[in-house]
Amino acid sequence: MSEPLVFMMGEFKTTFPTDRQFAKNHMWVQPVGDGNFRCGFTAYAVRLLQDVYFLDWTVDLHSQLLPQQVIGAIESSKAESDLYAPIGGQLVRFNEDLFADPAMINVDNYGRGWLFEIEGQGDDLLTPSKYIEHLEAVWEVAQRTIKGQLA
Amino acid sequence: MPSRTTVVLSQGQSLNPAKRGLEEEIVARLLGEPGVDVTVIPHLYNLQSDGTGVLCLQGITGDMIIFSWLFPRATRWILDRHGVHGHEGTTLLSAEDDSDDDDEETDEQDSDAADEDVKQRVFETRTVPDRHIYCLDLRARESAQDYIDEVKRIVTESRTSIVELTSWIGGTPRPDQMERYLNPSSGTTDTLDVATDTSAAPPAEVVRLEDEVSRRWYPVIDYSRCTNCMECIDFCLFGVYGVDNLETILVEQPDNCRKGCPACSRVCPENAIIFPQHKTPAIAGSAGVVGGLKIDLSKLFGQPDEDPLNAAVRERDEQLMLAGRDAVGTSTGIPRRQTEKPEAARNELDDLIDSVDALDL
Repeated sequence: MSEPLVFMMGEFKTTFPTDRQFAKNHMWVQPVGDGNFRCGFTAYAVRLLQDVYFLDWTVDLHSQLLPQQVIGAIESSKAESDLYAPIGGQLVRFNEDLFADPAMINVDNYGRGWLFEIEGQGDDLLTPSKYIEHLEAVWEVAQRTIKGQLA
Repeated sequence: MPSRTTVVLSQGQSLNPAKRGLEEEIVARLLGEPGVDVTVIPHLYNLQSDGTGVLCLQGITGDMIIFSWLFPRATRWILDRHGVHGHEGTTLLSAEDDSDDDDEETDEQDSDAADEDVKQRVFETRTVPDRHIYCLDLRARESAQDYIDEVKRIVTESRTSIVELTSWIGGTPRPDQMERYLNPSSGTTDTLDVATDTSAAPPAEVVRLEDEVSRRWYPVIDYSRCTNCMECIDFCLFGVYGVDNLETILVEQPDNCRKGCPACSRVCPENAIIFPQHKTPAIAGSAGVVGGLKIDLSKLFGQPDEDPLNAAVRERDEQLMLAGRDAVGTSTGIPRRQTEKPEAARNELDDLIDSVDALDL
């Protein structure tokens, strides 16, 4: 695996492994065999969230998902958000280790802090470098959104 | 008869240590408070109608102060749903900006006055028991002291009003009551001592209900806004809504509701449907513009750009498909007002919802 890519969120350095693809909703997507894709938060998402305290799935296992469908919600020390499916397909597995305590999302977001697996096509995903370009394009708006809500 | 005030604390459902810490500190510090009983319940919204938590709440007949991690409007109407009624108590602790509240009231009065055909709200037909319920949002302040001070203020307020009302009913006031009436400047501490009729009111006791509760998701109707227009019952295809024997809308089958779906709330023309756990403050029961709460990142994390009606139709279709049914799009239960009626007078809630939808992402 080549060196991870880097994006600077102001002073904060976030890194993105090159062994997987990315969705615009700031999740990484990685094939794990049998047509299953494992998904988790990118470092960018985790930095926006900071300490995750509460993770709730609103769809059941084996649900058929459309891309961008609402699938759950998350609450952290700084923020809350609905969560959306990065790709379409059948939800085949949740990371059950996060049910009792979602803190692993902060500790190891690209590894043990993965969120769920979807059996699907994995179309319309971004390569790591395209994702970095996307981050550069939305960073201004993201900052505006956060500041707008803090005002 | 000394009056006791019951403080109910509805626990949060997340593991946030700061939240748990605030809850426990409030409970611990209320223990020393005379004339106050403390009841700790699991998250109010998750209680089942026939569970011990609700029975306990229904058994409280005096003034009630309830702390929860919910907007006060949501708390008030969840209690209402469980048959716990009372006049809305005014708290000075609010997460919402005061000047905005004032603006909203003014706006409402103006639009009501301008509107010759003022709509009848369901709540106006009801009688309410003679007690007050104070709903406090635990997100309003970070320090337990602020909440303790507010409890003391409310307890004083409610005792004072009891003295004023009851001392003159059915007989001659006692000399001390007359003295206080003629000379009200003698101070609130006196009032407190006399009102409780004992210098050693029993200390607070804590009732803890540890019901096993699972997370629930269902709409809560704000009957002070609801006009019984029935658009929600037409729109929802999951049989959540029904009517009582007076043909008044009610949430009849709450557990038929689809977790995460707030679609009926978006089509309600009066913004009377609350989903207390939804991320959008206007849907979760915020009365106005909210400050100091958490940042909503949903727009950044993939929420589609669309108007409220399209959002409602999409959300309903998603839920129909999750339930193994066919999507219906806009073919069923779409209120005709959306196409035929001109825009009605807008209020702050409309603006708030629109401003969230208009975020440029």
